[in-house]
Amino acid sequence: MFTTEVERPVPGGTSDTRRRRVVGLGVLAAALVIAAAMSLAVGARALSPGEVWHGLFADPEPDQKLTEIRLIVQTVRVPRTVLAIVAGLALGVGGALIQGYTRNPIADTGLLGVNAGASFAVVSVIALFGFADPLQYVWFAFVGAGIAGVVVFGLASIGRGAGNPLTLALAGQGVTVFLAAMTTAVALSDQKSLNALRFWNAGSVAGVGFDVIGPVSGFIAVGLVLALIVLPALNLLNLGDDVARGLGVNIAVSRTIGIVAITLLAGAATAASGPIAFLGLMVAHVARYLTGPDYRWLVPYAGLLGAGVLLVCDIVGRLVVRPAELESGVVVALLGAPFFAILVWRGKFRNA
Amino acid sequence: MRRVDERMRKVQEPGRGTDVRASMPPGVRLGQVSFVWRPWLVLVTLVLAAAAFLVFCLSIAVGDFPIGLSRVVATLFGRGEQVDEFVIMDLRLPRALAGLIVGIALGVSGAITQSVARNPLASPDILGITSGAGAVAVFLVTTTGGTAAAIAGSLGLSSAALLGGLGTGLLVYFLAWRRGIDGFRLILIGISVTAMMQAVTVWLLASADIRDVARAQVWLIGSLDARSWDEVRVAFWGTLVLLAVVAAVAFPFKPMHLGDDVAAGLGVRFARVRAVLLLSAVLLAAVGVSAAGPVPFVALVAPQVAMRLARWPTPPLIASGLVGALLLIGSDLIARAALPIGLPVGVVTAVIGGPFLVYLLVRANLR
Repeated sequence: MFTTEVERPVPGGTSDTRRRRVVGLGVLAAALVIAAAMSLAVGARALSPGEVWHGLFADPEPDQKLTEIRLIVQTVRVPRTVLAIVAGLALGVGGALIQGYTRNPIADTGLLGVNAGASFAVVSVIALFGFADPLQYVWFAFVGAGIAGVVVFGLASIGRGAGNPLTLALAGQGVTVFLAAMTTAVALSDQKSLNALRFWNAGSVAGVGFDVIGPVSGFIAVGLVLALIVLPALNLLNLGDDVARGLGVNIAVSRTIGIVAITLLAGAATAASGPIAFLGLMVAHVARYLTGPDYRWLVPYAGLLGAGVLLVCDIVGRLVVRPAELESGVVVALLGAPFFAILVWRGKFRNA
Repeated sequence: MRRVDERMRKVQEPGRGTDVRASMPPGVRLGQVSFVWRPWLVLVTLVLAAAAFLVFCLSIAVGDFPIGLSRVVATLFGRGEQVDEFVIMDLRLPRALAGLIVGIALGVSGAITQSVARNPLASPDILGITSGAGAVAVFLVTTTGGTAAAIAGSLGLSSAALLGGLGTGLLVYFLAWRRGIDGFRLILIGISVTAMMQAVTVWLLASADIRDVARAQVWLIGSLDARSWDEVRVAFWGTLVLLAVVAAVAFPFKPMHLGDDVAAGLGVRFARVRAVLLLSAVLLAAVGVSAAGPVPFVALVAPQVAMRLARWPTPPLIASGLVGALLLIGSDLIARAALPIGLPVGVVTAVIGGPFLVYLLVRANLR
């Protein structure tokens, strides 16, 4: 007599929240485009929109001034803008993922030993081979980050732990501690590595060409695809291992893919731009505040926020100490941290 | 927040925590006082204390002028020969005592922070002390002339850095104060302030003269070289007073770990206790920084190691302090006696402490 059929809830919450979230994503993307346009125009040599357009698309001309503009836009501004977006995206997504996988709200992208591994690789190759140019050690940094990530995950997966969030976080800390100390030891005994280390540690998206950005973006793209694959499972994993297993999640596979994704994202970004701390942690919290705990929304938000914040910080870094520049990693912390602290103080993250 | 908290509490318990408690002997009652007899925890604590004392004596015995262990002990208890007395009392004891005090202070500080925040990644390093002190020290080292040199000259680098660290720590504490102290809010504010201070440090290092950078780096990693009795005396009394405060309020510590609601239900005035404990943790870390520089990771690693050695679900306070002391004096001993180049103690601490924590984790998983 009575039908027992229940209306299925729309996936992803009610249609209203869904619309709000989509609009939010659109706003973030639009802001990112505007920031990118500004990033092309702003710098030691300010350019008008017309000049930027010309520098991007015009054919080579004999006019000396226009050639110079073309050179600035194409070899300086475009690469650093692209890298800021790519690295920010990677660190934002990586930050959200690492908090999800360790179930720890203070986990940052460096937690798996990625930053420490990269730094150790940098000082080691400089001490061993005497590299002077940052471009020579980019790939060593990437390999170092990757090895550190694999070692941490491997150690945490031995026996019946199988990537248990707590073991993962603590093993990451243990390996990070070890590598950071080794880095200091090498740097203290070799002045050239110490010199390179201090600039490397600042974290900057400037001065890297497309020959590096291309492959780095490739690795990050792979990481993003892997992240997309595991997002639904990550939601279930956060209900607890037992519930997730009961709902049909293969916990070991899901964790492995997730950790590989984090290592690729954070490792590639760190290799190209140096360790940019705090960014991933910060945008993950802001994204959670904006979207709620659903990782299918949280992670894209965190990615776009990461790209936007890094890009804006890079622009600010070019403006504050003209004609010199402040490294974007430094600006992220100096500008982002007070903002973040205000949000915390106002109780925005109570439900994290 | 609530759900995260509970999950975090669950994951904080190591693998065997539950069976140990299930087989625990019943409580003991002496008049009004009742407690649970915990043989393993007591045994581990005693063994750690003995080991710490042994390494402490060894650290005094080893050096350019070796002194036998029995003579060290005799001198420490005031029945030594005059030659020994000079070497030990004036040269070696301040250094060893500094290691002991700093290790205990940092270990206890870490145990408090991790317990109150119910997060094993929380260490007093992220409460601002270390990074604030580091930023001030690097500023003083890398800036020549002007007010910076005047400050460094009149106060001494350590004291100036300590003031900077204390200022930062208290700033974090009061920024996080909003109708009481909330562990989660404190940590997030601490992380942001720490990130800022580290950015300042990195920026100062990147724009400084390379020779100053090396000096600053040594200070940043922490060292026990050239400790004077004055520094040790201040650290000793500071630590003693703070430990007394912690002991006085730490009795309701255990129910606090079960979550605010349970603790309140059991009658713990958790807001006040938590505030006092956290402030003590900040000050203990400050004492450590003042005496040895920001030796990193001791506060993070020691409580986790102590927890696993003692097979206890929460970081045990006394054992954490002892592990910290053991780690610091042991590392200093190794750095002086076994390594060819004079590495700062902080490097050795991390190189030993990090892998040992990983070893304990892997061993727990393999069982």
